[in-house]
Amino acid sequence: MTEPWSELHYDVLKEVGNIGAGNAATALAQLLGQQINMQVPSVMWLPFDDVSSRLGGPEKAVAGILLNVDSTAPATILVVFPLEQACLLLDVLLGRPQGSTVTVDEISASALQEIGNILAGSYLTSLSNFTGLTFVPMVPALAVDMAGAVLDYILAEFGQVADQVLLIETEFEAAGKDIYSYFFLVPKPDALKAIFAALGVGFE
Amino acid sequence: MREIRRVGMADLAAAVSPIILTTIGLGSCVGVALYDPKAKVGGLAHVMLPQSNGPVVSNPAKFADTALPLLVSKMQDYGATTRRLTAKVAGGAQMFHLTSPTETMRIGERNVKAVLEWLEKAGIPLLAQDTGGNWGRTVELNTETGEFLVRTIARGEKCL
Repeated sequence: MTEPWSELHYDVLKEVGNIGAGNAATALAQLLGQQINMQVPSVMWLPFDDVSSRLGGPEKAVAGILLNVDSTAPATILVVFPLEQACLLLDVLLGRPQGSTVTVDEISASALQEIGNILAGSYLTSLSNFTGLTFVPMVPALAVDMAGAVLDYILAEFGQVADQVLLIETEFEAAGKDIYSYFFLVPKPDALKAIFAALGVGFE
Repeated sequence: MREIRRVGMADLAAAVSPIILTTIGLGSCVGVALYDPKAKVGGLAHVMLPQSNGPVVSNPAKFADTALPLLVSKMQDYGATTRRLTAKVAGGAQMFHLTSPTETMRIGERNVKAVLEWLEKAGIPLLAQDTGGNWGRTVELNTETGEFLVRTIARGEKCL
């Protein structure tokens, strides 16, 4: 798989990211009861080894929530919080005094999985409205570990057909709390054709 | 200070003593360290997938079946001899426990299996392994001693 897309394809995917992330940001704001700032989504076609540097390097401790998305345009969603950010978020979610969460225990793990559910669900709802395609999120799974290790399962899926991966990334930041996270929509290798077809954009 | 050379994902390198070869954040990927104790030549591969499919392989370092022969040949360039080589292996974890495990889910296990099968076929003895589980690993091969250090976030470190 070489780089088969034009400027137009990038713009379409950016719009996909924008629409999904806008709705997800609203859901996150309601959940946390505070304003969420959202970066303009970026669409990246990155060599495998460069992906973890987006998250602060391959050895950076992160909490990653992964959901597979069942669809005619299947994808994987990965929500990543740097570990210290995940702990701050858990303080807010679980009503603990700020700074009291230091590890991800069982309750924290379910809370993070639920965050993944809510973000993915709202993202996919608007994506579905936009494209007319159906997206069904599967049960989320959580890993708290080195960024490289959290990512490589997703990258392995692309490894069979490519040396690079397509990422639609959005960063969220909770205003005043200094909590930020990365949201990745990773269309599976054969999903792009279905997305572009649904939007009436030609794609070989 | 010793020179530390980093091997990226789906990459490999050979080096002579006293250089340290490292690869960071192995999840389902497998770190394969080969060592020739007499020539003090080491090689490290960060393998991502078990088998290359098809005749055209853009990056042989990505697959167990193409990375390992290439690693051996790079080590030979530094004076290593195949019959003296020994192997240590780490990684191949299953990071996420999803409810419907597909083939890709078990990628770590399949990577380890492919590496061990290749080593056996090549007649390279496996001295130690730290594989499986659901945690990430960073590894360091010391080309002076052949020691293979495995670091984790929550489970400390061990020397193989």
